[in-house]
Amino acid sequence: MPRIIKDGAVVEDSWDGRLLDLESYNAAVEGGEAPSAEIAVQLEPGEEPAAIAGDLHRIPMVAIHFPVFTDGRGFSYARELRQRGYEGEIRAVGSFIRDQLAYLARCGVNAYAFDGDIDLEAAVGSLQGFSDHYQADVLQSEPLFRRR
Amino acid sequence: MYVYDEIDQRIIDDRVEQYRDQTRRYLAGEISDAEFLPLRLQNGLYVQRLAPMLRIAIPYGMLSTRQLRKLAQISRDYDKGYGHISTRQNMQLNWPRLEDVPDILAELASVEMHAVQTSGNCIRNTTTDQFAGVAPDELEDPRPWCEIIRQWSTFHPEFAFLPRKFKIAVCASETDRAAIHAHDIGLELVPNTDGELGFKVLAGGGLGRTPVIGQVICEWLEKKHLLSYLESILRVYNQLGRRDNKYKARIKILVKAMGVDAFRERVEQEWQVLKDGPTTLTDAEIERARSYFTRPDYQTLPADADNEALQTLLAENTEFARWYQRNTLPHRVDGYRIVNISLKATGYAPGDVSDTQMEVVADLADAYSFGEVRTTHQQNLVLAEVASGDLLAVWEKLSAMGLATPNIGHLTDIICCPGGDYCSLANAKSIPVAEAIQERFENLDYLYDLGPIDLNISGCMNACGHHHIGHIGVLGVDKKGAEFYQVSLGGHQGKDASLGKILGPSFEQDAMPGVIEKLLETYVALRTDEEQFLDTYRRVGIDPFKERVYAQDH
Repeated sequence: MPRIIKDGAVVEDSWDGRLLDLESYNAAVEGGEAPSAEIAVQLEPGEEPAAIAGDLHRIPMVAIHFPVFTDGRGFSYARELRQRGYEGEIRAVGSFIRDQLAYLARCGVNAYAFDGDIDLEAAVGSLQGFSDHYQADVLQSEPLFRRR
Repeated sequence: MYVYDEIDQRIIDDRVEQYRDQTRRYLAGEISDAEFLPLRLQNGLYVQRLAPMLRIAIPYGMLSTRQLRKLAQISRDYDKGYGHISTRQNMQLNWPRLEDVPDILAELASVEMHAVQTSGNCIRNTTTDQFAGVAPDELEDPRPWCEIIRQWSTFHPEFAFLPRKFKIAVCASETDRAAIHAHDIGLELVPNTDGELGFKVLAGGGLGRTPVIGQVICEWLEKKHLLSYLESILRVYNQLGRRDNKYKARIKILVKAMGVDAFRERVEQEWQVLKDGPTTLTDAEIERARSYFTRPDYQTLPADADNEALQTLLAENTEFARWYQRNTLPHRVDGYRIVNISLKATGYAPGDVSDTQMEVVADLADAYSFGEVRTTHQQNLVLAEVASGDLLAVWEKLSAMGLATPNIGHLTDIICCPGGDYCSLANAKSIPVAEAIQERFENLDYLYDLGPIDLNISGCMNACGHHHIGHIGVLGVDKKGAEFYQVSLGGHQGKDASLGKILGPSFEQDAMPGVIEKLLETYVALRTDEEQFLDTYRRVGIDPFKERVYAQDH
């Protein structure tokens, strides 16, 4: 089983359902299969969370794909999913880098499946952001100015 | 000015340690060049033609003397003893070693400074009026708002990997001195019908390859909603801005492609979600930010017109009088002047300032200007609050250091990017062109007769020298491997902002002073008594200038 970072630790990936791209997911909805606890959706850059907004309470996992780490659309997608009340797993997949983990976590991502060979134990350290942050985010609902 | 509390300090200290670790991993081969690129850029570090370049943030252009002395020391210890003021009011060092940068950042952090987000595809240093807090035409001090935006944009988790860089500027006065129409977001404090000040929000302005004047997307925004509204704009841009072509990735292209109404609608839609949420500013926070920008303890002094000693001095000392007239400006308080320190002496790259010059300016600021110095987007320095009785002493010391060239706002006060001498993006050199023009127009009587003229030079399409909004703009272009210069006329950066129009075929470097001379002769021949260069241009159009410059010599 591949290893991922999830909820702050390196773990074996226990997901054994299906992971569908948006088009296949929509087809599965048409066919009555989805939403279901067995079917996760992967969003590509350009596929906004609004596309699955109605099903969020029944989707177990949303994967956000980073084909290149410099494409930051997924940061907004994660944030928007949480803002819409999504409580399931948000998994970053693809070519994001270790130095983005703290920002991704603050945007609401809680699982990380890297492409390629990464020292996951070392990478976990990058999840720890700074001691404090100015903005409100998914981990800290109040901006610093409301806590000063 | 703003003072860090222990939380601000810890966040900046954390950043230094984070970057120290990233540099270590990069040097150990654990991070690839491509992956290190945005990490170093967001810490201000470029790799340039000859050496790395470190761009140090000077938030909205404010410096304490302690900070300026630290910059002098850093430029001496880690560089070649000078810095360069950029058009974003920042300071660039041209020769640091990549390995030293974590130590430089630690030195900066010791005086509440950093190089955070001075480069890269993120929200950059917010700029404003260099005369904030002292300008007579100010509606409100913009600096508390700049500081609020600085904190919100610093390490924003959602907006560190935008399609492209993102620049915000704030104007709070009748005259726009911050070029807000040429920014991704321009904010202008304006009254509503009840007289309450709020923000007019412009979006989609920018220079670069495709210059665009920003468009209004909100006529009046209640102040407490500033951050949630900015966040909505950024979220729309982050999701919809183009990422397939870096020349089409700025927000200006998105606003144009969607149309301003559709763009506004989408922002409003996002804003309905964020509005009144936790990012809504509190009165306490606005007051806290304001509390750092209070009026210093001014003396009661006569107005300059009633100050006999000053008037006598001005009548007797023509050089001093010339400097007083050209380089100082009225202050909101009688008996004080705003002093512009020209970094545009002929023979020195525009905007460059040496370590000893920085130290002299710091000494002057401590003695005569409440311990604060400002940088300007015209690449000069400012002592904002000098009592008129101290002006002679200030002038003498500045003169001795080559810092009193009386040319502020005139042709030789050239905005100029580092160009091909330093920058790896440049198509052509810009500093030698500026220098040749400065040499040609050294006669001060002629310079003053020409009146105020903005001459802006960029070494490439990225437009760091703001050539599009110069009354005369010069752009370095590459023609089959040779350096040429394209001239544009009629750009302007005020509230009636306009973009320059290209004159015609480009010129060789040697021809440039002669071309500028012909343009100015044309203006002098056509102007009416009251007209400045821009007025004449706007009345007669580009043709008379074109005809004169491209006329065949007989």
